[in-house]
Amino acid sequence: MKFTLAWLRDHLETTAPVAEIAAALTDLGLEVEEVRDPAERLKAFTLAKVLHAEPHPDADRLRVCRVLTDEGERQIVCGAPNARAGIIAVLAKPGDYVPGIDVTLGVGRIRGVESQGMMCSERELELSDEHEGIIELPSGEVGQRFVDWLAVHDPGRVDPVFHIKITPNRPDALGVRGIARDLAARGLGVLKPETAEPVRGAFPCPIGVRIEPALKAHGCPLFAGRLIRGVRNGPSPQWLQDRLRAIGLRPISALVDVTNYFTYGWNRPLHVFDADRVKGDLRIHPAQGGEEILALDGRTYRLAAGQMAISDDAGPESIAGIMGGEHTGVTEATVNVFLESAYWTPIVVAATGRALRISSDARYRFERGVDPAFTLPGLEMATRMILDLCGGEASEVVIDGAVPDTDRAFRFDPDRVVRLVGMDIPAEEQRRTLEALGFRLEGEMAHPPSWRPDIQGEADLVEEVARIASLTRLRGRPLPRAVPGVPKPVLTPLQRREAAARRSCAALGYNECVTYSFIDEAAARLFGGGGEALRIENPISSEMTHMRPDLLPGLLRAAARNQARGFADLALFEVGPVFHGGEPGEQGLAVSGLLVGRTGPKDVHGESRPVDVFDARADAEAVLAAIGAPAKVQILRNGPGWWHPGRHGQICLGPKKVLGVFGELHPKVLRAMEVKGPAVAFTVWPAEVPLPRVRTATRPALAISDLQAVERDFAFVVDARVEALTLVNAAAGADKALIESVRVFDEFHGGALGEGRKSLAITVRLQPRERTLTEAEIEAVSAAIVEKVAKATGGVLRG
Amino acid sequence: MDGLGELRARYLEAVAGAADEAALEAVRLAALGRKGEISLRMRELGGMDPAARQVAGPALNALKDELEAALKARRAALADAALEERLAAEWLDVTLPARRRPAGTVHPVSQVMEEVTAIFADMGFAVAEGPQIESDWHNFDALNIPPEHPARQEHDTFFMARLPGDDRPPHVLRTHTSPVQIRAMAEHGAPIRVIAPGRVYRMDMDQTHTPMFHQVEGLAIDRDISMAHLKWVLEEFCRAYFEVDHVELRFRASHFPFTEPSAEVDLRCSWEGGQLKVGEGESWMEILGSGMVHPKVLSAAGVDPAEWQGFAFGMGIDRIAMLKYGIPDLRAFFESDLRWLRHYGFAALDMPTLSGGLSR
Repeated sequence: MKFTLAWLRDHLETTAPVAEIAAALTDLGLEVEEVRDPAERLKAFTLAKVLHAEPHPDADRLRVCRVLTDEGERQIVCGAPNARAGIIAVLAKPGDYVPGIDVTLGVGRIRGVESQGMMCSERELELSDEHEGIIELPSGEVGQRFVDWLAVHDPGRVDPVFHIKITPNRPDALGVRGIARDLAARGLGVLKPETAEPVRGAFPCPIGVRIEPALKAHGCPLFAGRLIRGVRNGPSPQWLQDRLRAIGLRPISALVDVTNYFTYGWNRPLHVFDADRVKGDLRIHPAQGGEEILALDGRTYRLAAGQMAISDDAGPESIAGIMGGEHTGVTEATVNVFLESAYWTPIVVAATGRALRISSDARYRFERGVDPAFTLPGLEMATRMILDLCGGEASEVVIDGAVPDTDRAFRFDPDRVVRLVGMDIPAEEQRRTLEALGFRLEGEMAHPPSWRPDIQGEADLVEEVARIASLTRLRGRPLPRAVPGVPKPVLTPLQRREAAARRSCAALGYNECVTYSFIDEAAARLFGGGGEALRIENPISSEMTHMRPDLLPGLLRAAARNQARGFADLALFEVGPVFHGGEPGEQGLAVSGLLVGRTGPKDVHGESRPVDVFDARADAEAVLAAIGAPAKVQILRNGPGWWHPGRHGQICLGPKKVLGVFGELHPKVLRAMEVKGPAVAFTVWPAEVPLPRVRTATRPALAISDLQAVERDFAFVVDARVEALTLVNAAAGADKALIESVRVFDEFHGGALGEGRKSLAITVRLQPRERTLTEAEIEAVSAAIVEKVAKATGGVLRG
Repeated sequence: MDGLGELRARYLEAVAGAADEAALEAVRLAALGRKGEISLRMRELGGMDPAARQVAGPALNALKDELEAALKARRAALADAALEERLAAEWLDVTLPARRRPAGTVHPVSQVMEEVTAIFADMGFAVAEGPQIESDWHNFDALNIPPEHPARQEHDTFFMARLPGDDRPPHVLRTHTSPVQIRAMAEHGAPIRVIAPGRVYRMDMDQTHTPMFHQVEGLAIDRDISMAHLKWVLEEFCRAYFEVDHVELRFRASHFPFTEPSAEVDLRCSWEGGQLKVGEGESWMEILGSGMVHPKVLSAAGVDPAEWQGFAFGMGIDRIAMLKYGIPDLRAFFESDLRWLRHYGFAALDMPTLSGGLSR
């Protein structure tokens, strides 16, 4: 919303300076985005009188002038044809910045003659595009500031423009009068009284109006209008054009400019029809669907059933409350005009405007709420203005419908304001505030004015009082702890796991990414998603169409982008939500890490090597350990299809409880995601890790033995597809009391073992508890191990 | 006893002259070995008369001790020399790069969420969470934004597709963290104090907007919580978060459908030399929106507005991260450029705490 200071002063008696008004507006909730004061850049310029002008000795079109200024006589070389003795000009002195040519003046020499300043044209001062000659003022004293002269003789030129942001609850502030009312309530001036004397109709209105009954409750409770005949629709007066231009509107003609003036002045959109182009009466009705109308924006709209239109006998002439039709629009040639002032209800206008994608000042206002009680006063005031500007004769008013009853009342409790806001505002001040805003107070009840549709309850009264009193007066008051003393921890176990997993990944060398929750359909499909339930109806780009089923596609895309930038070796991770369905709650927390390329750049220690599955497994296990997963898990195969079928494992507690997965990514997936491998990854689902059954800080007692532990190595030859974990579990089962740990330390394929065979070497650590082991006892355990392993795997001791 | 002086001199000289371990051992054997000269002389003591033995015994023992000490010292000296020589040969170019230790990073969004959590936890706020695919009732209606409210249009909402035959209003990607207010109150009732950090989504993408960003919601409901408490909580938060001794907040009336009264909150700051300084200067920077929870919102969440009241606020996490850490571009947060992650990321052990400070 934009308006000028002079416009505001039409409604508000005030002497407050621009800065004070701007500060008050922002504080009242009418946030100032910009104040543009044209006087600011004209401050330096003063009036000067040309005493004498003679041709330049070396240039035909230049003159050398002697000019009387506030600092005495100066010599100025000037190229303007109207530079002559006797005129009052606007002077820029050396050191002044001239906005229209973007130059800070110096003393110059023009064709050999010194020039101590410049006499400016309107264009040079950015007042207009006029550049035929220099400004020639009809009056003024030498040395007077140009801005002061303008303020008296041409105030429109130096009228400061305010640009404020209006929150959706304040349609009344979409008119200058509403803004003035707020400022008056704040004490920045006095709201000027206003009356709408009805204009007597000289003849019956030849155009009738009728609202289809269905629309009277919702859509168009009230429609009023009248004919004004014999108008001259030329350009509107300069002051009106200046105001409209100042707020960024283009003056069109007096009739149209009047409607805009009311739209911005009183939040009262109006419409003018060329009455000679209206056939028969006007009918306000819901469209049947399929009607077409060429609107004032030059585009043709096809109305859907139920959208509101104003039609005459020839068909739709206006999209009700949104935009008029081109066919009945007024032109310079219009002599008979039908002026419409109607009350359109917000919901219908909003729905139609959205469906037709029309943004107009009228729609913007009607969908937020226009004062229904001002429909007729607005019509009368606008009639008077048209008669003043365009002449003519007004008919009687035609009306259908009535002003809807918006009267309501809410309990007003000054104590509640104090209790809720925490600011001491005397009850008397509170009452004064509400009355200044137009509320009617009756006992304990407050009746909001017709222009405040947003006031819908007691809390709204509190807001009005607090807002006008100024929240800058609010002082902080300590919020006592809910429970005195050291605060309790607040994080849930899952929240702690999330943080622990994140810190673990970073400690393991991964860089955390935050990637978008929506990904492209192709990537989503590769990872088991991409279905309709997770599709976004209105995606912002084709890269962001589906909610991600997994974190890896986002990380792979990130890896591809980094590879394109020349980073071949990457360790990226993300902790975040993944989605398995389109209903609220069908999301879960995942932790994924992705390793691409080598473990590091080539290095002098020869440690760099391609990343492999066991890197991913180590990291997955480290993360699981950090979030409290049990150490004893199963590793199962048959994970989802984006993993290399033979090179991945699911970390499970039983076949249904998957805590995580690690492995090499499927080469096809890498190709599709344009990542150059090798690439391995892991994912962990923190919520799957069971909570400890008993939560206690106490550790179990430490059981250590003073007796020497014994380690024995065994090498077994087994089938190449026998899994190490099977062998280890078999060995460990040989004597659960004595065997403390079994560790694989070597795997060897081929050689003398033959095709399809491998050797697995393990170290078994025996920890006696009561007495030192004898050689015979060790032999007995060893035999048991060999036997168990043979039974479980078919393996034999390597000879 | 004769010749001990000569014996002593000779062996001490031999010890001193031994060039290596073997030579030294030869000297030891010659003197103190089973058939060594000194050993033999000691054996002779048995045949002496007691008076002579009284003299010769101690002298011989003293000589033996002295020689052993000399041998030991020489052995040590030889070992030292040998070690010295080995060490001199064992020169390494220690300017070679070290073995690689992995060093990852934590994203600024995560770091700042932990900072915010640490501060509010101290004031008794728990951390609540909610779904990101949200029902339009939770995202809008329950927050006093009915279907035709103009504020809905201003939210630039992403909608989920509806399967044919499903006539419910489409779910949305939550446009703010405020629906968590509803869920938290519905679940726990009042009194309650929670914050709700997380991802939110709006259909907006340009220089300063991304279609996904992060907010933190705050909610405190009790019998007598006022806007003055809100101001204090936010002042304390800003002071702690920006790690300064003093902050100044300015409340400005504004409008949010779910709070009443509503206020935008500005923070006094200066931007001298392009560097943000909080708590001084002449500029005001808008940092969050807040207000007293609207009675309709309380009712929607099953909390009686006649009995309970309190405040809510919402703040951009990415934004306060940018402000505190001088990160210029929001879009880069989600691009995963390794250079950016390394430069703006935080070390694994940089865990923000109130006891140790939030940032290094």
